Amino acid sequence: MAHSGISVLLEGTNFMRLLGGLWVTVKIAAVALIAGIILGIALGVLRTFKNRPLRIVLRLYLEFFRVVPTVVLLFLFYYILPKQMNFNLPADQLATLVFALWVGAEMSDIVRGALISVPKHQIESGKAIGLSRFQLYWYVLIPQSINLEIPATINLATRVIKTTSILLLISVMDVINIGQQIIEANNHTYPTGVFWVYGLIFLFYFLIDYPLSWWAKRLEKKRLERENG
Amino acid sequence: MAEKVLQVEHLEKSYQKKHVLHDINFSVAQGEVVTLLGPSGSGKSTLIRCLNGLEVYQKGTITFEGQKIIPTEKNWQQIRQKIGMVFQSYDLFPNLTVMDNILLGPTKVQKKDKATARSEALALLKSVELDDYANAYPRELSGGQKQRVAIVRALALHPDFMLFDEVTASLDPEMVRGVLTIIENLANRDNMTMIVVTHEMNFAKQIADRVLFLQDGRILEQTPSEQFFTAPQTDRAKVFLDSMDF
Amino acid sequence: MSWAIIQQSLPMFGKGFVLTLWLSFVGIIGSIIVGLICSLFQYFKVPILHQIASVYVEISRNTPLLIQLFFLYYAFPVIGIKFGAELCGIIGLIFLGGSYMAEGFTGGFNGVSKGQVESGKAIGLSRWQLAKYVVFPQGFSLSVPAMAANIIFLIKETSIFTVIAIPELTNTALDLIGMYYRSNEYLLVLVIGYAIILVPLSIVLTLLERRVRYGAFGN
Repeated sequence: MAHSGISVLLEGTNFMRLLGGLWVTVKIAAVALIAGIILGIALGVLRTFKNRPLRIVLRLYLEFFRVVPTVVLLFLFYYILPKQMNFNLPADQLATLVFALWVGAEMSDIVRGALISVPKHQIESGKAIGLSRFQLYWYVLIPQSINLEIPATINLATRVIKTTSILLLISVMDVINIGQQIIEANNHTYPTGVFWVYGLIFLFYFLIDYPLSWWAKRLEKKRLERENG
Repeated sequence: MAEKVLQVEHLEKSYQKKHVLHDINFSVAQGEVVTLLGPSGSGKSTLIRCLNGLEVYQKGTITFEGQKIIPTEKNWQQIRQKIGMVFQSYDLFPNLTVMDNILLGPTKVQKKDKATARSEALALLKSVELDDYANAYPRELSGGQKQRVAIVRALALHPDFMLFDEVTASLDPEMVRGVLTIIENLANRDNMTMIVVTHEMNFAKQIADRVLFLQDGRILEQTPSEQFFTAPQTDRAKVFLDSMDF
Repeated sequence: MSWAIIQQSLPMFGKGFVLTLWLSFVGIIGSIIVGLICSLFQYFKVPILHQIASVYVEISRNTPLLIQLFFLYYAFPVIGIKFGAELCGIIGLIFLGGSYMAEGFTGGFNGVSKGQVESGKAIGLSRWQLAKYVVFPQGFSLSVPAMAANIIFLIKETSIFTVIAIPELTNTALDLIGMYYRSNEYLLVLVIGYAIILVPLSIVLTLLERRVRYGAFGN
């Protein structure tokens, strides 16, 4: 064996390029999460209102984004936006948009679930002291539901980060796409390079997601301990 | 002096930094009914749970029927067949019928013949007026009925000793009497040895031979029942009794 | 939108549909088995195996299926381990799903209340008896909602198999789009394909969840 495959990572700017790709991945995930969470909170609150048509529309939105695999969602937007609506976006922005809408749908369900789990007498007590609907949400329901929402939201974030791996399919220059380029360029010099490049990307994802899931688990455990006294 | 069934010596227990039981010493004689009284947070429940191996204690010994208990999970499994326990939350197994709840111990733990165990269980259910519910699931029962089944479930193992931990505390008021009557019958008619943790002062007064009064994890007094309720020895016990409404 | 094009594509989509179903089915069964074994190792704290199970769960849960597949399909052959694409897909899906199922079962077992466990101990049940008569029956019912979510999740994850060219639903659609440049029709069939599997399934699973909830609980 003339060359050890691990050298492929140290060759030229390869490592820096991979980090650059990782940055693209993280950026898309972060922007989509922030936008999606804001959207999801708004939709989640709306879904607790009594207005039936509104609730049905929002429920359909959620179910659509839930039933259709994210890969398919990505392609739906990738093909349909430019063709039917003449709306052209660079691939990374398109992906951010799709992910944000997906996060918004999932987040709306987290928020709604947490809001309706606040005990009824809390709402009644709030009404009894004359709070308006806005005040009821702002001072009573939202603060009490947050403990329930945070672990679920962190878990959603880990899912979004993992799902960014499919960006490659619409040719976003993410960490995996760059990894593939490096593997192809060095295929002859480092036949085992593929192992190291994918290994490093695997590790990148793990290093981002593991602390997040650990944190979510810890918060959830604390919450349950608090609830059970 | 009757034979000592249970003896606790120098028992100490703490959670992490909090010391919850300090140098607990007492014994219970055959046929005796001891009630543990004290304000909430005084360590009553922790103490009674130690006696069934549900809490780990750091120091001290518990001697049961002349045998010093070596506190391993395996030993406790044996001893728990002799020391029955009933909890505040009754906790019947929701996945089993009333009858199967009761039979689990005798048939699986003690390997008794199923037919014998079943007829014994039916007799016990009849004694608490629940023989009609043998095939019902716990969710079909009221809280008081569940607690009566939980008592039967413990008795089905033929224990020599019973522990009752606040068994009426989560029941509706009208359910309390029925459960207490069963415990009273057990004490008076069957001469069962038992330790009872309760907030029902009238019940305690009536059933107890002796009262252990706990506060802040210490036994402040051990007094025969009549004396405790009329002339407690410590000021703390006086304050406690004055605060109780009975 | 042209019906003729849709009609012509249906036989190919049919094949992709069947393959998606088949791979999902095998993957889900495998995931349940792996998950159950891992959760049992963890519940009984089997020495060494329980640590191995925990490490596996964390690695599998915190990395994307796509990279797991790339490893199996592109990297493993370099060190002499070679599988066909479909086998890679199944192994990858089980590797991913096993940890999700393990977490579901473990969550169910841990969800059984302390009072139940203590009541079991108080009548002298051994650790194994406690598991068999109290913790497992209740724990499995408690884990049904997580199982249901995992099943739907794993079916959707099969769409990622397209990256190693397994001709399941998504791959079929992308291939057809590439060949004939008709995206609307093929995407419509694709979405309907997933809806046919997932909508009834999620209704059935919701009903099952409700039954379990009202059936076994309410102590």
